[in-house]
Amino acid sequence: MSGQSHRLPSGGRIDRSKTVRFSFDGRSYEGHPGDTLASGLIANGVHLTGRSFKYHRPRGITTSGSEEPNALVTTGEGGRTEPNVPATMVELHDGLVARSQNRWPSLSFDLMAVNSLLKPFFPAGFYYKTFMWPRSFWYRLYEPAIRRAAGLGTIADQPDPDVYEHSYAHCDVLVVGAGPAGLMAAQAAARAGARVVLADERAVPGGHLAGEAIEVDGRDSAAWAQGICDELDGLENVQMLLRTSVFGRYDGLTFGAVERVGDHLGNDSSGDLRQRRWTIQTRQFVCATGAIERPLVFGDNDRPGIMLAGSARHYVNQYGVLPGRKVVVATNNDDSYLTARDLARAGADVTLIDSRREKDVTGHALLPGETEVRYGQCVTQTCGKLHVSSARLADISEPDHIRSELPCDLICTSGGWNPTIHLLSHCGARPKWDSAISAFAMAKVENGVHMVGGAAGTFELQKCLQEGVAAGVAAASACSRKARKPAAPKTEKLPEYRIQPLWRLPDTISKASASFVDFQNDVTIADLELADREGFGHAEHAKRYTTLGMATDQGKLSNVNAIGVLSELRGTPIAETGTTTYRPLYTPAALGTLAGQRQGAEFRATRHSAMHQWHEKNGAVFTEAGLWLRPYYYPREGEDFAAAVKREVLNARSAVGMVDVSTLGKIELKGPDSGQFLDRLYINSFSKMKTGRARYGVMLREDGMVFDDGTVTRLADDHYFITVTTANASGVMQHMEFCHQVHWPDLDVQFCSVTEVWAAMAVAGPKARDVLSRVVDGIDLSNEAFPLQSVADARIGDAFVRVLRISFSGELAYEIYTPADCGLGVWEAIMEAGAEDGISAYGTEAMTVMRTEKGHVAGPELDGRTTADDLGLGRMMSQRKDYIGRWLSQRSGLTGAGRSQLVGLKPITNSDTFRMGAHLVTEPGTIGPDVSQGHVTTSVYSPACDHFIGLALLQDGRSRTGERVYVASPLHNEQVEAEVTGPVFVDPDGERMRG
Amino acid sequence: MRYSLSAIIRNAATGHKHWPKVWKNPEPKQSYDVIIVGGGGHGLATAYYLARNHGITNVAVLEKGYLGNGNIGRNTTIVRSNYLCSENSQFYEHSLKLWESLSADLNYNVMLSQRGALNIFHTPAQRDAAIRRGNAFSLNGIDSVLVTREEVKKLAPLVDCSPSARFPVLGGLLQPRGGSVRHDAVAWGFARAADRRGVDIIQNCEVTGFQIEKGRVRGVETSRGPISASKVGIVVAGRSTLVAQMAGLRLPIESHVLQCFVTEPVKPVLDTVVMFAAAHFSIVQSDKGGLVFNGDLDGYNSYAQRGNMPVMTGVAESAVSFMPRLSRLRLLRHWGGINDMTPDGSPFITRTPVKGLFFNGGWCYGGFKGTPASGWTFAHLIANDEPHPFASGYTLSRFETGRVINENGAGPQPGRH
Ligand SMILES: Cc1cc2nc3c(=O)[nH]c(=O)nc-3n(C[C@H](O)[C@H](O)[C@H](O)COP(=O)(O)OP(=O)(O)OC[C@H]3O[C@@H](n4cnc5c(N)ncnc54)[C@H](O)[C@@H]3O)c2cc1C
Repeated sequence: MSGQSHRLPSGGRIDRSKTVRFSFDGRSYEGHPGDTLASGLIANGVHLTGRSFKYHRPRGITTSGSEEPNALVTTGEGGRTEPNVPATMVELHDGLVARSQNRWPSLSFDLMAVNSLLKPFFPAGFYYKTFMWPRSFWYRLYEPAIRRAAGLGTIADQPDPDVYEHSYAHCDVLVVGAGPAGLMAAQAAARAGARVVLADERAVPGGHLAGEAIEVDGRDSAAWAQGICDELDGLENVQMLLRTSVFGRYDGLTFGAVERVGDHLGNDSSGDLRQRRWTIQTRQFVCATGAIERPLVFGDNDRPGIMLAGSARHYVNQYGVLPGRKVVVATNNDDSYLTARDLARAGADVTLIDSRREKDVTGHALLPGETEVRYGQCVTQTCGKLHVSSARLADISEPDHIRSELPCDLICTSGGWNPTIHLLSHCGARPKWDSAISAFAMAKVENGVHMVGGAAGTFELQKCLQEGVAAGVAAASACSRKARKPAAPKTEKLPEYRIQPLWRLPDTISKASASFVDFQNDVTIADLELADREGFGHAEHAKRYTTLGMATDQGKLSNVNAIGVLSELRGTPIAETGTTTYRPLYTPAALGTLAGQRQGAEFRATRHSAMHQWHEKNGAVFTEAGLWLRPYYYPREGEDFAAAVKREVLNARSAVGMVDVSTLGKIELKGPDSGQFLDRLYINSFSKMKTGRARYGVMLREDGMVFDDGTVTRLADDHYFITVTTANASGVMQHMEFCHQVHWPDLDVQFCSVTEVWAAMAVAGPKARDVLSRVVDGIDLSNEAFPLQSVADARIGDAFVRVLRISFSGELAYEIYTPADCGLGVWEAIMEAGAEDGISAYGTEAMTVMRTEKGHVAGPELDGRTTADDLGLGRMMSQRKDYIGRWLSQRSGLTGAGRSQLVGLKPITNSDTFRMGAHLVTEPGTIGPDVSQGHVTTSVYSPACDHFIGLALLQDGRSRTGERVYVASPLHNEQVEAEVTGPVFVDPDGERMRG
Repeated sequence: MRYSLSAIIRNAATGHKHWPKVWKNPEPKQSYDVIIVGGGGHGLATAYYLARNHGITNVAVLEKGYLGNGNIGRNTTIVRSNYLCSENSQFYEHSLKLWESLSADLNYNVMLSQRGALNIFHTPAQRDAAIRRGNAFSLNGIDSVLVTREEVKKLAPLVDCSPSARFPVLGGLLQPRGGSVRHDAVAWGFARAADRRGVDIIQNCEVTGFQIEKGRVRGVETSRGPISASKVGIVVAGRSTLVAQMAGLRLPIESHVLQCFVTEPVKPVLDTVVMFAAAHFSIVQSDKGGLVFNGDLDGYNSYAQRGNMPVMTGVAESAVSFMPRLSRLRLLRHWGGINDMTPDGSPFITRTPVKGLFFNGGWCYGGFKGTPASGWTFAHLIANDEPHPFASGYTLSRFETGRVINENGAGPQPGRH
């Protein structure tokens, strides 16, 4: 037991047969399996563990649970570095590395502690009154300094090598908290046959019983809890989730939780599951979350060696460590008598200071005879540098007169217990002040929620067990699981819990000391007084003004004390001082855990078309569109972007090219009313279109703006197939669902997204027909038999194909659709057949060049602010039928003068270039709201024109053909002169695609 | 008491015992010249500018809860003025200029921090859209800079700029003057400054109805009794539809939950505000060290100021995918605010069909940055019964004509912006 100076010779629920090594601030220590980092440090006599946020005051281990505000450390190294971890929640394992934080150069000698000396200038809210003079100093000097000083730990300098996942659980009864009440509830519900999930954030069951030395059912309390837990674990209808912190409750009894799967194992191979986030959906919720102790507030109540009373005995009983040998227990309630008893039994020299009168006390029966108790007294101040060395005592009636000073190395404090009601608060349940326990409890809860044990403000063990049983039975029967009500086990008789609140001592105590209400954020009584003086006395204002309750423990120790103090300062009852809302997360959760599997490369799906392999093999450079990777261009040896695109365009225009268009959204419609449905969705009509025909269509939004465009194909009387833009595929589907379900449920039509079902490719160029004629079986592709806008089914090899004669490029072109698993084969067959005509693949940029040359619009023009008329498609808007967007598209703002209309642009000097996103101005160099008259939506180098061309949206553009404008990109300091033209640059009469 | 260096030193020496209340808590009078309904940022700013710019000081701000309980104290605190539509860019640039002198003007440090606001893009199409916006800003005289991937790396080393990222960073558009402001300080600073000019700030006073006679407003009913005034301004953000309903108005607004997320405080890792084109996600590190995130709307209409898990999951996915070093940093807290969303994504600062009743709302995601200009222009409208030129487009009638101010082309469903 080398060095474990504070380890008791026996006792505790740790595994003394094994030793684990860990390090803290570079020094190595030993502990045992079953220890936490906190108990391991205490065992080794390490009491100074951290520094506070603002004043850098030395701090030590204050609690034994997740509410720890002071003992925050950084664990792990490299990508596993984890800041701000409560030492109380870290299970010791071999090789654990922990470091203190927020100190420089070292924990025991922290230069930042000068902040403490400047305290008179840094009260609550000091920022708002200061740092304003001179003005420029704020952003040059003060703010950078404030930012540098802020924060606690430091995040990892590398990505995290560990793995996270999400799981989902559905149950009848969720019990949160495996303390006495929770265990009983889970057992009763499980025995009745309910599907139960029992979650607890600790590694061992029993809740506070894990740290008690009392008897339940004639057994040691921890062993009893383990026994129940073993029984439950063996049942098929129970899921036990230890090491699982339920962090929040959401609408509809949905809960979020984090399970620490791998942290305690100390694995360091990458790819191991570290934590799992649970989403738990339950019908009944048993809140058995227990209670959290609050400290007493007195002068310098924050030194290392000052600990919550309940936690101190927890360390003795669960971990077999003695946090101090000369102990002062300062309290206002009877629970602390158990602490005095257990510490005395473990060999400590204990003095108990109770602020109450003797006649109000029930706990003295517990104490061994030799324990000294002083009634009606309180600790007013403490001494010590890096560890507490003495407590100054005074009579409660005369707190400014120090009666005596007791040397000590541990002060256990208790100001009472607060029911842990956090999980219910978020969804609107309001806590009510319960003067019997001097704490907030939930007065009323909704159906399906059961509060039991400490969480319900029941601090008597026997009653906790009974409430647990009753809630378990009630929850099960609410899920139609009938149960006989079992009897709760008997416990050792413990004294009744009584308390007399003690919020603060009159502020006559030494000015040099500070009485901390919120430890981590260094909020003192003086800060609360100042807040109240300045009008921030409402609990919600005080919180925001002083930052009380905003530390990593979210006020678990401080909130109720602050409300008590404020109510005294304001002279209002506590109930009127207000509370703040406890929000999730009850215990903070790592972002990686909350994200689960969907991170890094899996953040969003990466979609590949059926021909992806071919594109890769042929050197495609990809670009992303709607999560799809699409070939952007296919550079050949020695080609840059421009050269490759130019070659691809010229080849398609002079011979034949092929492009993968599988990413288009595809929707199939069936039913007698399909045609009518489409008529109401599109501005043009399809119900009269003949079977076997295809046509371009445009949809508007309700507000009359263009929503989407694509082709509509009629495959049979009652069967249509439509394509929509890649980026809008799901949006259009949603729109159609909405229209059908809400506007026109009477239409007999069904439709379904088939985007992934079909691979698609467009074959374009004067040789397209020759190439396809060699491979397509079953259609006569001649112009007479298969003119523009024809559709027919056929085969290529063994594959079914659907051929549409439609052209985006302006060339003689066909679109081939084939089931996705035939896509690659069909693509390769066409490539092979086209080899003799010099077929080559082209990418999305070449497609953009060709559609721009033809003046066809696409995404950049359909930006949600353009009307069909703006885009030159006004003629398509049917006057003979009603359709979505028709009426609102006739509003004056959408039809009058000043609309931006689609035009073409060409540079005055042929060699000039301009870029997408440049703006059109008539007076270069001016600035102001009316300077921009439009912008370039698309710009490309046109091989056909041999200069840059562009499409643009220009105010009243159609009437400005021939005008000269400046194309300006001030971001790039560029400006060239250009002429406004019509939007079509190549083959305006469409002869090529009809040929 | 004016805040000054000497006041600080004097008070430090006397244990800070003599600081006065930051604002008084008067009992409501029976009548005022102007009543402002809603003690959020915009309401308080309106009251302040009514007094400061127009000399109208017989003003009450009626707040149903504690001052600043609404969105002013719940938002992500990002300020910037880079808006595409001219109407918006004028307005928000005016706002940013007011921010720049606000601490001095209010004698209250609102902790404006202009560390830059960076919009990251990932694909050529997103880059082109960013160039369009950036050029629009420049032509409107708003600072904006196109930055390369290398520069993004320097500005925000936390961001994964490697080509293997799921959405590789291509570059970004930076507004150097963008940044953040301490949100609560804005409410308190405006309240204090308005109070010092004679405005009554009345908390725990809920407006429950309007007194309207012959199409003219005469006053309001409140939980503390009736109060009369010939001019009333409604500035209640997420509750706009409910309050306007009491005056018989049906607004083109939907209320949606937007959540805000904050991590545990850590040493500085991110200087600029960063937004990503690949997901609805923004991040800023506060002066206290917490990283503050925003994601999507929760996806359903609600007046309950709390959010649910799916958006939290999405935000966490974005955070660790764009910034993998954040994986083990813990999320501390999340909460929701109610965003008043409009069909074109732009707000209202407008008269209503009821004479003397004015409405300010529909701020969508962007109302915090607009706070000073909103107060400035709304005060102008109330004082003169004429819209301020910077806010003249923010009318209710714009949907009748279709002259909407559609900032990002979404719509007309309010939740899509
Ligand atoms: C999570 C989130 C993040 C955001 N992030 C940003 C951001 O980064 N940048 C940005 O520019 N904007 C942001 N916003 C938007 C911005 O916060 C709001 O648009 C803006 O704060 C709204 O104006 P306000 O401050 O006046 O609102 P509020 O503070 O909500 O004020 C309205 C007030 O009216 C009161 N009220 C309501 N009904 C009544 C009644 N009947 N009688 C009396 N009083 C009443 C309320 O109690 C409330 O105090 C965000 C919003 C949210 C929710």
